[in-house]
Amino acid sequence: MIIKDGNVVLNNSVEKKDILIENGKIVKIADNIPVTGEEVLIASGLHIFPGLIDMHVHLREPGYEHKEDIESGCKASVKGGFTQICCMPNTDPITDNKVVVSYIKNRAKEVNLCKVHPIGAITKGEKGEQLAEIGEMKRAGAVAISDDGVSVKSARLMRLAMEYASGFQMKCLYHCEEKELVDGGVVNEGLSSTIAGLKGIPRSAEDIVIAREIALAESLDVPVHICHVSTHSGVRLIRDAKRAGVKVTAETCPHYFAVTDEIIKSFDTNTKVNPPIREEVDKQAILEGLKDGTLDCIVTDHAPHHINDKNVEYNLASFGISGIETSLGFAITYLYKAGVLTLPQIAEKMSTAPARILDLDGGEIKEGGVADLTLVNLDESFVVDPASFVSKGKNSPFKGYKLDGVVKYTIVDGVVKYQA
Amino acid sequence: MLKRKDLLGLIDLTKEEITEILDVASDMKRHLKDGDKNLPYLRGKTVTILFYENSTRTRTSFELASKYLGATVINIAAGTSSVAKGETLVDTGKTLDAQLNDFLIMRHPMGGAPYLLAKVAKAGVLNAGDGMNEHPTQALLDMLTMREHFGSLEGLKVAIVGDIKHSRVAKSNLFGLKTMGAKVYMYAPQTLIPKDIDKLGAVLCNSKEEALKDADVVMGLRIQLERQQAGNFPSLNEYASFYGVDGKSLKLAKPNAIIMHPGPVNRGVELTGKVIDHEKSRIEEQVFSGIAVRMAVLKLLNDYRDFTK
Repeated sequence: MIIKDGNVVLNNSVEKKDILIENGKIVKIADNIPVTGEEVLIASGLHIFPGLIDMHVHLREPGYEHKEDIESGCKASVKGGFTQICCMPNTDPITDNKVVVSYIKNRAKEVNLCKVHPIGAITKGEKGEQLAEIGEMKRAGAVAISDDGVSVKSARLMRLAMEYASGFQMKCLYHCEEKELVDGGVVNEGLSSTIAGLKGIPRSAEDIVIAREIALAESLDVPVHICHVSTHSGVRLIRDAKRAGVKVTAETCPHYFAVTDEIIKSFDTNTKVNPPIREEVDKQAILEGLKDGTLDCIVTDHAPHHINDKNVEYNLASFGISGIETSLGFAITYLYKAGVLTLPQIAEKMSTAPARILDLDGGEIKEGGVADLTLVNLDESFVVDPASFVSKGKNSPFKGYKLDGVVKYTIVDGVVKYQA
Repeated sequence: MLKRKDLLGLIDLTKEEITEILDVASDMKRHLKDGDKNLPYLRGKTVTILFYENSTRTRTSFELASKYLGATVINIAAGTSSVAKGETLVDTGKTLDAQLNDFLIMRHPMGGAPYLLAKVAKAGVLNAGDGMNEHPTQALLDMLTMREHFGSLEGLKVAIVGDIKHSRVAKSNLFGLKTMGAKVYMYAPQTLIPKDIDKLGAVLCNSKEEALKDADVVMGLRIQLERQQAGNFPSLNEYASFYGVDGKSLKLAKPNAIIMHPGPVNRGVELTGKVIDHEKSRIEEQVFSGIAVRMAVLKLLNDYRDFTK
């Protein structure tokens, strides 16, 4: 296949080039590659990103197929422009052994849309008591371990997990939440929680564990990755740790850089997410952290839920936002068009960095590289309509938001897996 | 005219709307005082009182208000209904609609629950208290009681002392009183002050003296005993000593001041027995105002309901 006349987002520049693809690899990037019988995709007016990678997704299968399954999740992913996704282990049964890891890999192969990389649990059953078989899971195809959804309470066990996993080059992706400080809270603690009369979650519930993870990583001299950073103070902790040479990387999500907790005052349960959407000062710090590199990547924390999990009292509703179909739109609208990040920087946050952190094949457009590509029309906009999501999870608080950047083609290993 | 299907909170009520409710409530009170409990503005209408939390005073107040207005009244205690069998609030709302209810009066332990019910139910919804959010009719009855004593709410200094954080009464009063031009001073243990409440116009005080000095209204709030066990303050004794209102601290208030409390009172904790029974106390008057205010709200919502049919 030859992709002609697209604006190719390279590491440090955007250049109009043709891309020749053979056998799932990028063979040549050059001006005016002559066509000699190959299939031609005219990409004039489109921007070509390295295939987007979302390293924090909940696919819900096995166990919660009413919320999402591997097929619906992969369909939603390629529609959102993602060529690779990593799925969190809070399934039922928990992804804490090689059997579940293999099941997910096999289902994803049958679905054959984007690449799916399972993330294994840190402890058996996510109970925080005994280490899961991290080596076996790695051998079966898991790319990292995480306690997402259920924090490992014991600092001692967490330290052992990080130490043990480092022997398998497996990173811990850490969900930082001190439940004692959350204490039943459902939204950020601040003016909005006071107005709505909903119990607040202080920033310290997140920060205290970020600080703990940084301390553990520093003392062991092993890498750690901080999930979905939402607080300004968390950004500062990570920035300081990076400056001190601690091997810490971090991610954030569109809902933390695009909006503030004012949206919870509607009592729309789709605004309920963990960690909670915070205040303007946090949003600004997140933007600054993305800009200065403190925050390495953008993930969705795509957390699809069934309507029954959300059409209840705010306190009873499940935490989570279905975000994989709007993530790139938010990045283009609130980061690129707002002048926060350049296009190469967006590619870095949404593809290159996740590939580097998890040692995945892909993440940049280069000759000899894998032909995972996302073709986007930056000047076309769309209005978010959760009812029309491909994902089973229609739980987005962003209904009616107008976003720029429409995914036109998602190409995985040189094959078009999605076309608008 | 109050142009609303529901009364969910005072957060978005205008001065005109509150004034209208208080005016109608004054009329109702006059009728009741004359011994006239037959004011059939809601004859032929059905009111269901749906309480997911225990209550005596508010529930009976709403029930009497509905009955004095001639409505058919049903009482549902959530513990004995299909709610206990796991029915969702949304389904309960649909069921009550299908039974042709005109009004649903709900108390719920979770903030925002009446908003959910109001969204799905065709019936008008009255919030009788939702979690830490609002208790609009309580604040309206408090304002009616104040207005009767002072003639106007404009410029009054209202000192609210106690567990502000968990108090929907304090919040509804703050919203309503600010709208009506009164000044709200608050004093509580630091652990029981909700974050940024000062940004909503409350004046946070550093001492009981600062709060009560020259106050027109001294309002105590009920402290739930489990707040002490949760570690919000060390003992009831210390709480009563620093945040309780006694005869001595009452002397700081204006000579014409009144004492209020939404009840039920923990005697000797929020208020001493002497203060509860003081001539300045309006605690029983508040109970009476409650019936009148709830009648007024039901009448006004019903007028609009009939008007829009």
